[in-house]
Formats: sequence, structure tokens, C-alpha cells
Amino acid sequence: MNWPILSVVTFLPLLGALFIMLVRGDGRLARGTARWVALWTTLVTFAISLVMVWRFDPASPEFQFVEKHPWLGFASYHMGVDGISLPFVILTTALMPICILASWTVIQKRVKEYMIAFLVLETLMVGTFSALDLVLFYLFFEGGLIPMFLIIGVWGGPRRVYASFKFFLYTLLGSVLMLLAIMAMYWEAGTTDIPTLLRHGFPLALQKWAWLAFFASFAVKLPMWPVHTWLPDAHVEAPTAGSVILAAILLKMGGYGFLRFSLPMFPSASHDFAPLIFALSVVAIIYTSLVALMQEDVKKLIAYSSVAHMGFVTMGIFAATAQGVAGGIFQMISHGIVSGALFLCVGVVYDRMHTREIKFYGGLVNRMPLYAAVFMVFTLANVGLPGTSGFVGEFLSLIGTFKINTSVAFLATIGVILSAAYALWLYRKMIFGDLKPAVAGIKDIGWRECIIFAPLVALTILLGVAPKPVLDISAASVTQLLDRYDHALAAVKAAELARDHPKLELVSAKDRMPVGATR
Amino acid sequence: MSAFSYLQDYLPVLPEIVLALGAMLLLMAGVALGERSATLVNSTSVILLIGVAVLIVWVPGGRHVLFNGSFVVDDFARFLKLLALTGSAGALLLSLDYLHAERQEKFEYGVLFLLSTLGMLMLISAADLIALYLGLELMSLSLYVIAAYERDNARSTEAGLKYFVLGALSSGMLLYGASLIYGFTGTVNFAGIAKATNSGASIGLIFGLVFLFVGFCFKISAVPFHMWTPDVYEGAPTPVTAFFAAAPKVAGIAIFVRATMTAFPGIAHEWQQILTFVSIASMVLGAFAAIGQRNIKRLMAYSSIGHMGYALVGLDADSAQGVQGVLIYMSIYVTMTLGTFAVILAMRRDGKLVENIGDLAGLSRTQPTMAFFLAILLFSLAGIPPLAGFFAKFYVFLAAINAGLYVLAVIGVLTSVVGAYYYLAIVKIMYMDEPVRGFQTMPGLLGFVLGVTGLVNLLFFAYPAPLLGAASAAAKSLF
Repeated sequence: MNWPILSVVTFLPLLGALFIMLVRGDGRLARGTARWVALWTTLVTFAISLVMVWRFDPASPEFQFVEKHPWLGFASYHMGVDGISLPFVILTTALMPICILASWTVIQKRVKEYMIAFLVLETLMVGTFSALDLVLFYLFFEGGLIPMFLIIGVWGGPRRVYASFKFFLYTLLGSVLMLLAIMAMYWEAGTTDIPTLLRHGFPLALQKWAWLAFFASFAVKLPMWPVHTWLPDAHVEAPTAGSVILAAILLKMGGYGFLRFSLPMFPSASHDFAPLIFALSVVAIIYTSLVALMQEDVKKLIAYSSVAHMGFVTMGIFAATAQGVAGGIFQMISHGIVSGALFLCVGVVYDRMHTREIKFYGGLVNRMPLYAAVFMVFTLANVGLPGTSGFVGEFLSLIGTFKINTSVAFLATIGVILSAAYALWLYRKMIFGDLKPAVAGIKDIGWRECIIFAPLVALTILLGVAPKPVLDISAASVTQLLDRYDHALAAVKAAELARDHPKLELVSAKDRMPVGATR
Repeated sequence: MSAFSYLQDYLPVLPEIVLALGAMLLLMAGVALGERSATLVNSTSVILLIGVAVLIVWVPGGRHVLFNGSFVVDDFARFLKLLALTGSAGALLLSLDYLHAERQEKFEYGVLFLLSTLGMLMLISAADLIALYLGLELMSLSLYVIAAYERDNARSTEAGLKYFVLGALSSGMLLYGASLIYGFTGTVNFAGIAKATNSGASIGLIFGLVFLFVGFCFKISAVPFHMWTPDVYEGAPTPVTAFFAAAPKVAGIAIFVRATMTAFPGIAHEWQQILTFVSIASMVLGAFAAIGQRNIKRLMAYSSIGHMGYALVGLDADSAQGVQGVLIYMSIYVTMTLGTFAVILAMRRDGKLVENIGDLAGLSRTQPTMAFFLAILLFSLAGIPPLAGFFAKFYVFLAAINAGLYVLAVIGVLTSVVGAYYYLAIVKIMYMDEPVRGFQTMPGLLGFVLGVTGLVNLLFFAYPAPLLGAASAAAKSLF
């Protein structure tokens, strides 16, 4: 069997979008068709991506399911996944059917366009994680802005236009600098092929500038403090499914970018800039957690908590230890599930009451016991309670960082306490207390919502109790990544040593001369 | 036999000869048949332009130098001639419905298009300063007349007059520059000038170069010689504006590139400074000045100023890679421009054209297909991947980075973010605002142009090889 499975996973949603485009009219029938086509497309895509997991060899650190075709002359259509990107591909394909289901009844205007935007977005997201050529990566990475811009701007809340522009322009501003860095890398290395570039040692000066340019792009995307301000706006205004995709997958592109490009391609610069990343991460963890405590809007609170959780990711990745990087990856996957689910939870009450103000709600447990239980699971996972997936990621990235920088790890731990504070406070306000008369008539979640939440609850607990499958998939690739990273750093150190103490190098060179060799 | 071989020498210039004879024949036919022949003449003109394009592909390839070294036909010329013909034919196609609806059908319209296009073809092939000036003036004089084509319309006549006065001034400057260059090098031939400037340039020659560049910058509306653009774009009849935006820009960039690359390769350091300034100024002004525009034709004027700035980035890089970038940029620019103007020409309510951006409100609901294609073109103009406009910018900046023009590249990409704002603003109006009354049904021809250009921009990424290969071959023929 030699069919291009990765391209199928990537472009199948596009096919579905094309099909929906051909549906005529705007009546009930057309809307229904659009929904079902979108659902089935995403489900089939998910099923095929599971085949990929099954055929994936976790022992190999190399790229698998590789496809390569000539494309732009110097850049080629080169796709493939390794242990670092595969989890993100699966996360994407798994969450898409859930997003479609979550929009099933809420979206009533322009259903066709909505479904098309989501399917196109899926193609671009999967493509971002599986592109093995810088230009191709950039194409997918930036292309995602268009559908997301429309999703926020057309189907969003009252300030949707402001939020969509802010989202688009912020992200674009970061990315164009990365584009220039990509070009500089091409002229230096003569290729934009990612596997080749991973082995290429870039000169130190270029590393520094290119690292900063990539940082500009990924820091905005992730987002890191202080360029996170687009995120609360975008989250608050986006429709529920848009928020889910934004929090669960689009943010992860930033973290993935750090792992795929910054760390392995610019090891020396990554090492030099690590203190900067640590500082920004700690500020993100503590400051945005405090900001989250003050929010009156549920979605905003979760958005700020996302920024804080992404702080753990950057901290773990740039600690560049096995635990830190693994923790970063796991934290991203876990956050993808948990924050996505939390936005879905907000969506449930928002669909019923059309407000996201925290003080509007209270005592929901009296009317929605099932909902309260589901919300509880995700709140605790957000806090990072042992036994939930949130714990594993935070714990691993904290130990990973502890080895490198104890004080950073210590400060980050404060963030864990703060996250408990805001998350539990939110839960108490909304679910417990006296039943507010305004929400007295609210109904518990229905069967469609149960279907949405069931796999997410299961995954949250499963990954919390048995995180091994995810860690195993990425282990080999992470090990190789760090080996190369350490190797590159050692080489730089040796070169510096040789420059500062030329005599020392001379002696050691003589020592290394094989016995019996004569001049 | 000898007469035959003599004729064969002129085979490379056959497209121009056919176009010239065709234009004259159509003029005579128009005079003989009177006003009712207008539709016939104009439609035949489109066919003639397409026929000339076919001829350009058909005549023997390779490099031919004719008329004592003043006329050169190479891959570069062929590429840009095809592009200029595409722009002219596209604009003329867009005109047909407009002329009918506005009851402005006159046979001179098509003939002027043909003559102007003939000027462009000569300009693209020009290899000395005299041929350059002849081509430029034939092109420009026809353009002045077409701008003032609606002679009962004050805005149109004003546009024509303004264009003429400023254009004549710039032609004078260009001519003055040419005479200085001749005076200091003793030749008008590009190759001869290159030989004379190989070892550096005297101050007088630099003056000549600057004046020559002023003329070029005026023709492609690069800052600081852009002032005529918004007014002429707004005042001229809309299909004429489409023509201005597409075809003469191609010819202007073509001669700009050819003259700079073949006549002044030895003094790259001097002209690179000028180009860096012009390019940055155009990109910045194009990005910021467009934000406040309410009239979509004025917006397109500022947008085209910005785009010329991006195209010049490639020329500034002074390499085959850079020229290839310019060619790719211009090709994609022509498709984007024609498509956008197809929509602008379809903005018709109660039989009248409307020009305000606000009139597009809610277009995605009243005319979803039109809105979809315009959105693609706008995202492409903004340079967002995976649309064609991204690749256009990509190749010019790639060359700039290789040439070490980092400041230019950084400013360029930053202005493209600013520029993205106003393109997005139009998408927002179409997709996020409440609909106003829809437009009249889009005429078939406009729909055809919009569909083709929209699909080209949308699907370019899937099969970019033909354009990239052709542009690369064309660029190499200059070096």
C-alpha cells in the first residue's frame, strides 16, 4: 500500500469544501447537506489519520509517510510527519468533527460558507504540521489566517470586526519577518528543505537574526506576553467552534514552530535567548493568571488562562531537556483538549442564555448536574490536578526547567497555584451558590452535547492516568532533536575555546594525533 | 531570392507591423463605415490583439537585433509583450459592455487602444534612446486621448488634460536626460552606453540618468512622480482606468528594467540608491495613503503605486533573480488588476456606475460569486499565501535578501502588512456589513474576466512552473 496518506489527510477536507460549494441554494436542505458533508468529511479524515498512527513507527526519529514532488523550482512539495508533528495532526483531525458538531444548531446563517471555512482551515492546519519545506510551511501557516479572519469576522460577536482585524494584522506582522528569515536561510543553505536544514549548521550571526524573526512570528501566534493582547479579543468574539480551534490548534502552531525550527536550526541562538524566553514565560504565567482572576467574562478568563498555560510550554521547550521538551509537547496536546473543551462548556451556557458574564450565572448545578460534572473535569484538568492530562504536561515541563534554572521553575510553580485560584473561583461562581432566577429555566446538556463531551472527558482522564502513548510517539524524535542540539552547542563551545585559547587547541590537536603517525 | 531573405530579416518585427497595419485598416474602416461600425471595430481590435500575441509566440525565438541595433527581440521582450497584450486585450474586453451601456461607442476607442499598445511593444523592444522615446510617445499620446475619451464629461476631460500636461513635462525631462547621456557617452545605443560607463560615470551622466529615471518613474507612477495617478484614475472612464493600471505599467517597467540593466550595469551603485528611495517611498505612500480612500478607483490608484514599489524592489536587487521577480510580479499584478476592475465595472445600480467602497456592503449575500472572487483578488493583492500575490512578493524579496538589501526588504514587508489593512477593509465591507441593494447582473464578459483572473490567482500555487520558467528564461536573456 503506497498511497499518499498524508496528502489525503491534508486535502480531503478541501474536497469536502469543494463539494459544499457546489450545493445550490440556501434553504433548509442546503444547510443540512452542508452540515452532514462537513461532519462526514472530518470524520473520514480523522479515521484516515488514525490509520497513520497505526502505521507510524515510534522507534524511528525520522520523518515518515514522506512525499516529495517538484513544485517551485527551489522549493518542493515535501510532506512528512515525525513524532513531534504527528500528535498535532491527530489533535487537529480529532477536534474538527467536534467543532462541526458544536456548530450544528448554533450557526444558522450562512451555514455553507461556515462549513467551507472550517474545512479549508483544517487543510491548512494539517498542512502546517506536516510540511517539510519552509515555503510550503509558510504557505499553510499564513493561509490559515484567511478562513479564521472570516470565521471571527462573519460569525463572531458584537466586536467581531475589531477582533478579526487585530487577529489578522498582529499575526501577519509577526510572520512577514519570519518570511524574510526564511529567505536568508535559503541563500545561506541553498535549500528550503526542512530535513536538510535541520542538519545544516547556520553561522552564529544569521542564527541570532533568524531566531529573532521566527520568534516574532511564533511568539505572536502562541501567544507570549506581551504580544498576547489579540488573543482575548479574538477568543471573546469568535463563535464557540472558532474559539476551540483557535485555542486548541492555532496556538499550538507557535509552539510547534519553536520545536521544529528555532530549537534545532538555531541551537546557539536558542541557548543564548533562553533567559529571555524564561523571563517572558514566567511573566506570562504569573501576570496573566492574575489578570485572569479579574475577568468578568468567562471566555476572557479562559483566554488568559491559555496564555498562562502556553508559558509552561515555552519554558519547557527552551529548557531543552528531555523532560522539558516532552512536557511542552504534552502540555500543548493536553491544553488543546482541555481548553477546547472549556470553550465548548462556555458555548453550552452561552447558547442558552446568550451572555458570557460570570455574575449572570450561579447555582447551575441545581439545573444542570451533568453539565456541572463535565465542567468540573475540565476545570480540574485546567488547574493541573494529578490524574488529569493537565498535570502531566505542567509537571514534566517544571522538572525539565528545574534542572536548568531553579528559580524560573520556582516562580512558575506559583502560577500553578494561581491557576487553581481563578479556575476554582470561576467554577464556584457559576456552578455553586444560590440559583440565580435568570438561569432558573436553563436545561441540562442534550445528547448531541454529550457526544461532543464524552470523548474529551475520556481523553482528559486517560492521558492523565496513562500519558505513555503520547510520550512514546514523540520520544525518539525528541531525543534526536536534543542530541543534535547538545552536539551543536558543544561544537560552538569548542570553537569559542579554540578562539580564546589558540595554544590549548594546538596541544589537544597534537594529543589527538594517532600513535605512530609521522609528520 | 534575395528579396525574400531580406524580408525574412524583418520576421521578428512582424507582430508590430501587423498591429500597425491593423490599426490603420480599422481606422479607415471606421471612417468609411461611420459611427455604427464602433462595435465591430472594437471587437475586431480585441481579436487583433490576440492575433498579435499568437504571432509573437510564432515568430522565431532567440535574440534578434534589428534596425541598426535600436530594436531588439529577445525572450525578455517576448514575455513582456505578451503581458502587455494581455493587459490591453483584457482592458478592451472590459470596455465593450461599458461603452454599450454608457452609449459611448466610438470606433476611435479601439484604434487608440491598438496604437497605444503598438507604442508599448516598441517601447519593450527599444534598445536605444531614440527608439525608447518614439515608443514612449506613441504610447503616451494615445493614452492622453483615451483618458479624455468622454469629452462631454468634465471629470474625464480634466483627467486627460492633467495627464497630458504632467506627461509632457516628464517626457521633456526624459528627453533632456537622454540628451545628457548622449552628450557624455557619445552614443544612444544601450550597449554603447554600457561600454562607456563601464569604468564609472561622470557627474553629467549621473544627471542624465536621474532625468531618465524621472521619466520612467512618471510612467509607472512611482513616488515622488505619482501625483497624477489618483486624479487620472478617478477621472478617466473606468475601463480606461483598468487599461492604465494594467498595460502601460508593464511597458514602463519593461523599459525601466531593460535600460537600467543593459545600459547602466557599470554604475549599479549609483542607480541603486535612487531605486531604493523610490521603492521605499512608493511602498510606504501606497500603503498609508490608500487607507483613507472612499472611492475604489482612487484606492486602486494608491494600491498600484504601492505595487510599483514592490516591483522595483526586484530591479533594485540588480540580478537575474531580481529581474525574474519583477517579471513574475508584473504578470500577477496584471491579472489582479484586470480582475478587480472587472468587479468595479460591474458596480452598476439603476444603469449607473457607483464607485464608493461602501457600495460593496454585503456583496457576499447579494452576489456571492462576485464577492468570493473579489475577496480572492483582494487577499492576493495583499500578498497573503497561498494566493498568487504572495508569490509575486516572495520572489522580489528573495532577490532583495540575496542582494543584501535588508532595510528595503524589512520596510517592504512591513508596508505589506499596512497595505493588508485596506484590502481587508474591503473584504470586511463585503462579508461583515449588512447588505445594501445589490448590483445589476454582471455582464457575461466581465464575469468571464473576473472568473479567469480569480481562478488564476487562486490556483497559481498548484502549478506555478510555467510562469516561473518563462520569467526565468526572460530574465536570463538580459544578462
